Amino acid sequence: MTALAQVGYVARRSVLRTARQPANIIFPFVFPTALLAVTSAGLSPATKIPGFPSKSFLAFFLAFPFIQGALFATMNAGTDLARDIQSGFLNRLALTPLRGGALIVGQLGGIAVLAFVQNCYYLTVGLIAGVRLESGIVGGIVLIILATGVAIAFGALGAFFALRTGSGEAVQGLFPLLFVGLFLSSMNLPRNLIEQDWFRTVATFNPISYLIEGLRSLIITGWDGEALVLAFGVAAVLAAAAMILANWALRLRLTRT
Amino acid sequence: MMRRDFWYVAFAVAWRVLHNVFTTPALFLPGMIFPLFFFTAFAGGLSRVSSIPGFDFPNGYTAFQFVFVLLQSAAFGGVFTGFGIARDFEYGFARRLLLAAPRRSGLVAGYALAAAGRWAATATILTIVAFAVGMQVGGNGVNLIALYGLALIVNLAGTLWASGIAMRLRTVQAGPIMQLPVFLTLFFAPVYVPLALLNGWLHSVASVNPATPLLEAGRSLITGQTDHVSVAFPVAIGLAVGLSIWAWRGLRSAERAAL
Repeated sequence: MTALAQVGYVARRSVLRTARQPANIIFPFVFPTALLAVTSAGLSPATKIPGFPSKSFLAFFLAFPFIQGALFATMNAGTDLARDIQSGFLNRLALTPLRGGALIVGQLGGIAVLAFVQNCYYLTVGLIAGVRLESGIVGGIVLIILATGVAIAFGALGAFFALRTGSGEAVQGLFPLLFVGLFLSSMNLPRNLIEQDWFRTVATFNPISYLIEGLRSLIITGWDGEALVLAFGVAAVLAAAAMILANWALRLRLTRT
Repeated sequence: MMRRDFWYVAFAVAWRVLHNVFTTPALFLPGMIFPLFFFTAFAGGLSRVSSIPGFDFPNGYTAFQFVFVLLQSAAFGGVFTGFGIARDFEYGFARRLLLAAPRRSGLVAGYALAAAGRWAATATILTIVAFAVGMQVGGNGVNLIALYGLALIVNLAGTLWASGIAMRLRTVQAGPIMQLPVFLTLFFAPVYVPLALLNGWLHSVASVNPATPLLEAGRSLITGQTDHVSVAFPVAIGLAVGLSIWAWRGLRSAERAAL
């Protein structure tokens, strides 16, 4: 069997497995859109702050569900992989000709498919609510590609944690950490409008700020080369680093077994 | 004799829950960290919101958000206690409690006492952090006692709501059903700006949301005023009384299922 076919089988299993767990489907769809509705309505007066970059807080905040959805996809994938380890499924896979790389790439392929569906949904919700993309239809496609890339990067991180710890609870414990990272970013206000120096510094060093700002630029600015290069760059570096770590963790785990 | 039985059961349950919570970091830390994290993210990251025209809260955005986070921590202190009740039912411990307790209503009272004790620790840390980052308080001692008293009633209401769910469904999988309505009720109130600055559908929802007078009264008390207090306390007490009936009926449901 070719490596590509192996990746396809693992990806198919990953998608089907998630689809069979309603809780894993409902939360990534409902929770980010509920927070989008509540926060964009509650903070809509913030558009009156001098220098605020958009007349619509909904448009400004629409980048948020893409990142939060990526976090959910990560947790689901990481938890599923950890369950494979806990149930001994990975040990049985180790006896087959399946390549380690194919396992990780296949798992991430499953995340990519789910993230793509989620991202199309978030964009549709935004468009129905009245958001118009400043970057046009092509911008919408780039937005989906970037958001899916972010989900793959986070997914690789989840896979690394799952392989390193072998525990679903440990992977779930990563979620609050990433959620804190999301809130300590430029999620609610542009960095130049954050008043507290320490918060602005944290947001500037926080890579999630650049992912959000890249997505946001396509919605409210148009084509902002710097924001896009930074967002794609951060996603690529994060994905590459997490993939290397996940491969290393997989090798260690298979050696142990 | 019956009254003594009631308190005997209540204190025993409260002691057990508090002991479990304070000796298990995985149970204690989320309830402690999440309010601090929300306070940091809102008061720190959104302070510029106070410069919106028409935003006239005299004690600054930190105090404005402190009241929301205090009430949120109170409500979620009750919800987190509900998770423990559900866990007790799932693992069969609650069934043994039902058999052993001479006055079963003391069980609910015990969980409520534990939730209050647990929230007292969170509120203390939150208050220390808020003062450490320079929160300005305009109210006197009586205003602050009223503010924390209001939050305590919210804590009781949160516990009664969550225990009613936990005793009816008797599984930890009921967690989202306990959390989501509380979360949405709180966030459908004027969280980031005063009610007058909200517009659209959120203004309409917030105007009839029972959490709104609680939040407005709390913010009024921290500035030393008493606006909305005459509405907030009856609303809070009404919620607690209504939810105590809900919890009591939940207890009866659990008794029917267990005995």
